[in-house]
Amino acid sequence: MNELDLHEVGVRGINSQLLSLPKNTNEKHWVIHNPKGQHSIAVGLDAPLQIDIRGHVGFYCGGMNSHAELTIHGHAGVGTAENMMSGVVWVKGNSSESAGATGNGGLLVIEGDASSRCGISMKGIDIVVGGSVGHMSAFMAQRGNLIVCGDAGDALGDSIYEARLYVKGKVASLGADCIEKEMQAEHLADLERLLKAANRKEKPSDFRRYGSARKLYNFSVDHADAY
Amino acid sequence: MCGIVGLYLKNPKLKPKLGKMFKPMIIEMTNRGPDSAGVAIYRNPVKKTQTKFSLAHDDANYDWKKIDVGLEKALKCDCTVKKIGNHCILVTTGKEPAVIAWLKAHHPQVRVVGSGHTIEIFKEVGLPANVYDKFDLDEAAGTHIIGHTRMATESAVTTAGSHPFATGADLCLVHNGSLSNHNRLRESLRKEGMDFQTENDTEVAAAYMTSKLRGGATLKEALEDGLRDLDGFYTFLVGTADGFAVVRDPIACKHAVMAETDDWVAMATEYRAIAHLPGADNAKIWEPEPTIVYTWGGHA
Repeated sequence: MNELDLHEVGVRGINSQLLSLPKNTNEKHWVIHNPKGQHSIAVGLDAPLQIDIRGHVGFYCGGMNSHAELTIHGHAGVGTAENMMSGVVWVKGNSSESAGATGNGGLLVIEGDASSRCGISMKGIDIVVGGSVGHMSAFMAQRGNLIVCGDAGDALGDSIYEARLYVKGKVASLGADCIEKEMQAEHLADLERLLKAANRKEKPSDFRRYGSARKLYNFSVDHADAY
Repeated sequence: MCGIVGLYLKNPKLKPKLGKMFKPMIIEMTNRGPDSAGVAIYRNPVKKTQTKFSLAHDDANYDWKKIDVGLEKALKCDCTVKKIGNHCILVTTGKEPAVIAWLKAHHPQVRVVGSGHTIEIFKEVGLPANVYDKFDLDEAAGTHIIGHTRMATESAVTTAGSHPFATGADLCLVHNGSLSNHNRLRESLRKEGMDFQTENDTEVAAAYMTSKLRGGATLKEALEDGLRDLDGFYTFLVGTADGFAVVRDPIACKHAVMAETDDWVAMATEYRAIAHLPGADNAKIWEPEPTIVYTWGGHA
């Protein structure tokens, strides 16, 4: 295990150390102390590292991540794991706005609540939220799965494309072109796999599925109000 | 951009350290707002018969004694002045409207930046660290303090356009965001007799609150009415005589985070501003929800 103290080396010191490691490095496990809410910690990683961050982080933690597995032992700020490509970002606490924004792949787990715009424009990432998500979550979501074990705020899945949304609790309201859809065997299998990966005890059959009505794909004057 | 920060002390033993505890909070927000900075600190309450004014003048060497002597003579009242940077704290037994009218008539370059019984407002262009030093805030004691670091967007970088903006006795407002209907709102508030010093959008929000409060609304009601009448993006932090209030617009894309321990309550645009406080690691931390008015200390 290797340790880095952000108070001593700063965000650049942490990131340049982690980014200098070759993909086949044997120094896989890194612990980061004193994150103090600083932004852009452990961004752009491209190696199968295991990283534990001890404390609360600021914005964009784990952004653009490939291969690495990050655990944030605290809360996370805005844009956690934004544009993640692969790997895992795991938040033990809550996460602020736009968690997993534009993520292409990998798994983002938030044990607590996520705020507004969780999974905005997601493009293939899987997101599992143990608590609730705020308004405008999965806005313009294109691909991937968003699983919410608590409730969802207003305008869930507004202008959604092909992402799949699963919510166990209440949905305050659905956004334009987002509808409830039938839960089929393949969806239950996806849910089971992802809940297991996120260490969740919820039953897949307790969730409801939401997705695109596909009415806004092409302009139709009948839907002018919804654009 | 812009950064807003607030600190309210629950533990009275910490009062002498208010300025020291707050300094790293506002400095951490420098890169959100390097154009100007300002604080409203609540300290040294004056007697019921007195009013405390925060005054500012562009000339750092301005002779405040002129105000002291002139006011005493004109209004037959007691006055004391204390110069702090290019600001001055005036404590007087003169009635507030009469003092303001006299200042406007005889010293139009003097700006009234705040008034009440406990509030003192200091604001100036420049980096937060320089502004903090200029007004000797490091050693300041008090019960609570709010601050703002400004990245100017819709109006000029001037001291008058810096936050906080006074909204009535012991009340002030700092704002992160931008309002889109401030020009029209300014015109209608002018018709109600409100006075404006700048083209700034936040000054309009402050005048709106002042007008609501004068009309008998509680702070909470004024903020809730604001959700309907103020169009734009905002997180507001309002300093009150005995605490502060926070509200975010319905879309809530201007960040805000709150934290509380047994000793203090803090609000900031970003958590990193709070991270410096003792006990922050184990504080209760949450994000204020859109359109909900959160208040501490006072009866909003």
